[in-house]
This record gives sequence, structure tokens and C-alpha cells, in this order.
Amino acid sequence: MSTRVNERRADQAAVRAGEAGRTGAAAETAAPEPAAVATAEAARAARFIDVRGLEKTFSGDGSPVQALRHLDLVVAEGTFLGVMGQSGSGKSTFLAMLGGLTHPSGGSVSVDGIDLYALPGERLADFRREYLGFVFQSFNLVPYLTALENVMLPLAVKRMPGAEKRQRALGVLERVGLTDRAGHLPGKLSGGEQERVAIARALVNEPPLILADEPTGALDSETTVEIMDLFATLNREGITIVMVTHNPEIQRYFDRTIVLRDGRLDCGLPACAGETPL
Amino acid sequence: MSLRTIALNDLRRRKGRAVFLVAGLLIGIGTVVALVSLTEAMTGQTKANLQSYGANIIVTPRTRDVSLSYGGISVGGLSVGQNVVREADLARIESIPARASLSAVAPELVGPVLVKGKRTLLMGVRPDVQFKLKRWWSVDPGRPPANGHELVAGSSAARTLGLTMGDYVRIGGRRFTVTGVLQPTGSQDDGLLIADLGAVQQLLHKPGQLTLIEVAALYGVTPVDVIARQLQEALPAAKVTSMQEAVQSRMHAVSQFRAFSYAIVGVVVAIEVLVVFVTMMGAVSERTHEIGVFRAIGFRRVHITRLILFEALVSSVLAGVLGYLAGMGTTYAVLPFVAHGAGVVWTPLLAPAAIALAVGVGAAASLYPALRAGKMDPTEALRAL
Repeated sequence: MSTRVNERRADQAAVRAGEAGRTGAAAETAAPEPAAVATAEAARAARFIDVRGLEKTFSGDGSPVQALRHLDLVVAEGTFLGVMGQSGSGKSTFLAMLGGLTHPSGGSVSVDGIDLYALPGERLADFRREYLGFVFQSFNLVPYLTALENVMLPLAVKRMPGAEKRQRALGVLERVGLTDRAGHLPGKLSGGEQERVAIARALVNEPPLILADEPTGALDSETTVEIMDLFATLNREGITIVMVTHNPEIQRYFDRTIVLRDGRLDCGLPACAGETPL
Repeated sequence: MSLRTIALNDLRRRKGRAVFLVAGLLIGIGTVVALVSLTEAMTGQTKANLQSYGANIIVTPRTRDVSLSYGGISVGGLSVGQNVVREADLARIESIPARASLSAVAPELVGPVLVKGKRTLLMGVRPDVQFKLKRWWSVDPGRPPANGHELVAGSSAARTLGLTMGDYVRIGGRRFTVTGVLQPTGSQDDGLLIADLGAVQQLLHKPGQLTLIEVAALYGVTPVDVIARQLQEALPAAKVTSMQEAVQSRMHAVSQFRAFSYAIVGVVVAIEVLVVFVTMMGAVSERTHEIGVFRAIGFRRVHITRLILFEALVSSVLAGVLGYLAGMGTTYAVLPFVAHGAGVVWTPLLAPAAIALAVGVGAAASLYPALRAGKMDPTEALRAL
């Protein structure tokens, strides 16, 4: 396990190196004092997600639409953050920008000290692969791949023996309780099972951050509880989770909730922690 | 799990699109293979037919002052300069660098003789070579002479001399059996008596001498003018004449046929590129959502491009192999109807060329869709978010 953790850290360091190369911050310095290291580590963890002045304007055929308006947010490592708001409030845009999927019109997004939209070339894709696990509302499993193959998908572009990829994917499937469904195509799985496969796919690279968009939107209440319990377990293991949802019943799982309204943060740290704003 | 696994799974589990893509390429490649192999077979047959038109190079003595002639060659009267070619020259002809391109070397000696009191031209030949070279010589009824005491009469000579098959005729004290009469050819050959070369050399008192040598060169191997030049170098005392105009016109017909076929091949390939292009563009469009997911989970642009190109590559190789087999099968089925008697020419390079063409067409037509897929903004995944 420690070997795998080291590998993961090496992959994430490679992404980080890309940013260091861009900023020219690779200059050699003397080894810092242990106390200074601990302080720096605490500061990093406290600002694991650091969103500053985030703006997004979509300019379609009609007049420009401002999806996000100067949004500031800091999220500590290990937080289970709920993002709520009405349709069109900018939740999905916000999540996409946290995931490095769409460039902001203004402001910045940093995750673990990495300024996402300043990453050069395809480093943003590498960031998504090594730092993020996406869980989509409609699962977005690839229909022609089995559950096991879907879970292995993020590993497809990694240099790693095929047997190791398979072993790792089977391990994650076991973790979500789907070992016996590994060979099934998504069409043969129930909604809850598909959701578990999607979660397993998000976990297979052992990312420090999971972004989930309405993961229980298509599930019944019983399955919703199962899935949310699974997310809570992952969060307890140290994974930071940002989850967009309409469902106030699952808010109890969140350490913290923010509400977006017309692209603005309606309720954020510290004032709204633990509130039920809808 | 790798990009290749994803591509192969996509092809295997989305059979409809894969079959359509392979079928589109297969039909095109099969058509190209069939056209090329049919063209090769028909060209081969045309060349073979051209050989039967006779000699395309004539070796004659350097002489002038013609009074009695056969094929423009003096066979009597006063001649100035060397007026014979030696039988020994045959060995020198067989030693030229392009000897492999010679399909027949036919020595002839022609001279006037008196037969039944009438002045007639007697031609000495090597019957096995001569009758192969001049396939229009048809002895019916009868057969070519087989020894030094047999001859064949040209149709007008037979009529003039009153000869029929089985008759005996005495020439210069030598008795010949008429083994047959040549069917009319419409040429000077109709007035000849044709016998074995050795016997005619004895009768005319010209041992080892020849009037001319007719040489048939294979078409399309070595240019006829090159062969003629080599013959001239081997026989400096003789005059070597290549029948360039006839050769060129014959080969022009063949090359026109080939050009037409290859023009059709070009059109087929262009249509094929369009079919693959449209199919791949459709496939990319259909997979927009999926590509968005791939990008969201960390695939680079180049990974997406490689994924699409690999699928096209696999389909192309499959279509190339099947297209080659289909094309050759079509050739076997169609050839008897379009070129009776022609055999299929197995060109060793055609199979790899067909696969290479399929891959080339597949890659060229898929490049833009693949690049487009790679450049697709990951925000496409937002549709799902």
C-alpha cells in the first residue's frame, strides 16, 4: 500500500513539477526546518481549495450570461463540502471550474497549491487524472466497457503493467462492494450499481479530491443512503469531497454547505457552516 | 486496459458502425484490387497477343540495288557491299545483354529457283521457330515441313505451280514432298515455297548464309530500341532495323488501357476517402459525450486522437485484407468474361499494397476527425455535469 501511495505522490509531484517549471520556482534551496515544514503543511491543508475572484461569462448567440460573479472560497483538506442552489445558479459551472474543465473569465482556482489555469499545455489533463475523481449525475459509464474496464479507464493512459491496473481496479470494486459485477456491462447494472462503478472509477487513481455532481439525483432513497454512506466513509479516510446537490436530505453528511444564487456565493465560510439555506 | 483495449472494445461492441466502416473501405479496396489485377491480366494477354504479331526487329545485310526482293531485301541482281548475314551471327544475337527479352530468332534464306520451268522464290527457314513467330501461317490442310525433303507452298505459288498436299516437286535436282499449302496471308509469303533452311542453303549453294534474321522481342521488358542497339553492336557488319512505330502504337494502346484503369482507381479511392471521412466524423460526433468523459478523467488530447486513429487503423487493416481477397475473388470471377483465355497475374506486392492503401486511406480520412476529437473542449463533459 505504501508503495502505491508513493507512486501516487510521484504522479502528483509530476503535475506539480509542471507548475513549478512554469513559475520558475525550481531553484534549489537549503532544506527547511521541520517546524517550518509543519507550518507550511498546515497552511497548505487549510487552503486545499483556494478560489479567488472567480468569474465566468458565457457569450452565446444572445446577450452574455454571467454564470459566476466574483466568487471567493477556501476549503480545507478533508472537508465534505456541499454546494447547493437552484437550477441555473452556477453550481455545475463552479464544479467544472474546480475540476479544470472550463477556463474562468476571471480569477483563479488553486488546488493543493496548484494554480489550475496557469498550468502549461496538457498539464491540466494530468491534474485531472492525478488529483481528481469525477462522479457524474448520470454516471457517464462507457457503455461498451464492463464495470471493471470502466473502473480501469483512468489508468488506460498510465504506464503501468496491465495486471497491476486490473488488480487495482478489482480492489476498488471490492471497496464499493461490486466484485461480483465486474464483468457486467453498464446496461446490465442497476442505478445504484452504476453509481458505485462511477465512484470506483473516481477512486482508482486514489485522488485527494472528489467532485460529485448530483450523484444521488437518479437514485431511490434507500440507495441514496447507501451511496452517501460510501462517500462519508471515503471522506473519513481523508478524501476531500465537493458535492453539488439539490437534495436537502443529504445535507447532514456535509461538514460544510455553501449556496450559490445567481452566480454569487450566498452563504459561505465561516458564516454559513452547517446551515440549511434552502 | 490501454487505449488499444478501449478501441478494440468499441469496435467489437459497436458492431454496426465498425461493419459499415470496414465495408466502406472493403468495397473500395476490393474494387481497386480487382481493377489492378484485371488490368495486369489483360495487359499480359495483350502483350502475349502482340508477340504473335511477329518480329519487331529485322537484321539484314548492308546492301543496296534491289532488283528481286523479299521484304525489301535483294535476293537477286547486282548488289553492292556485304549482301549476306552469316548463320554464325545467330550465336552473337543470343549473347547480347538483353537476350532474355528475345522470344524468337528466326533465320531466313531466300533465293530464286526454277520449278516446273517457272522462276519462283524459295525460302529456307527453321520451321519450328518460323511457324511460332508467324502464327498467322496456317497450313491447312497439311503440316509444316519436318525435314530437308519437305516443303510448304504459299497459296498463290501452289496455284501457279499446280501443287497440292502430297505432290512431289523437283528443285535443282532435289525431290521435295509438298506437306501442305499455306492459307492466303495477303503478303509476299503467298508466292513462296518454304523448306528447311539447311536444304535451301545447299540448293542455293550458300552454306551458312542468310538473307535476313527476324527477331521478336518481348514487349515491356527491355525497350525495343535498346535491344536493336545491342544487336547492332553485336553485328556491326549488318543493318538492324527496329519497327519502332508499330511497337509504339501497340504499346500506346496498352498504356492507354492502363491509364484508364488507374484513373478509375483514383476515383474509387477518392470516393472511399469521403466515405471513411463521413463515417469517422459521424463516429466522433456520436462519441462527443464519451470523449468529454475521457477528457474529464484525465485523457490528453493526443490520447483521444490516438484512440480514434487506432480504431481507424484496425478497421483499415481488416478492410485491406478482406478487400484484397474480395478483389482477387472478383478477378477470378470476372476475368473469363472480359478477357477470354487470360490468366490471373499474381503480383506479390498487390496484397501489401492493398493493405497499405487501406491504411493510408483510413489514416488520411480519419486524421481530421481524430484531431477534431482531440481538440474537443472538455466542457463538452458539462452536458453531463
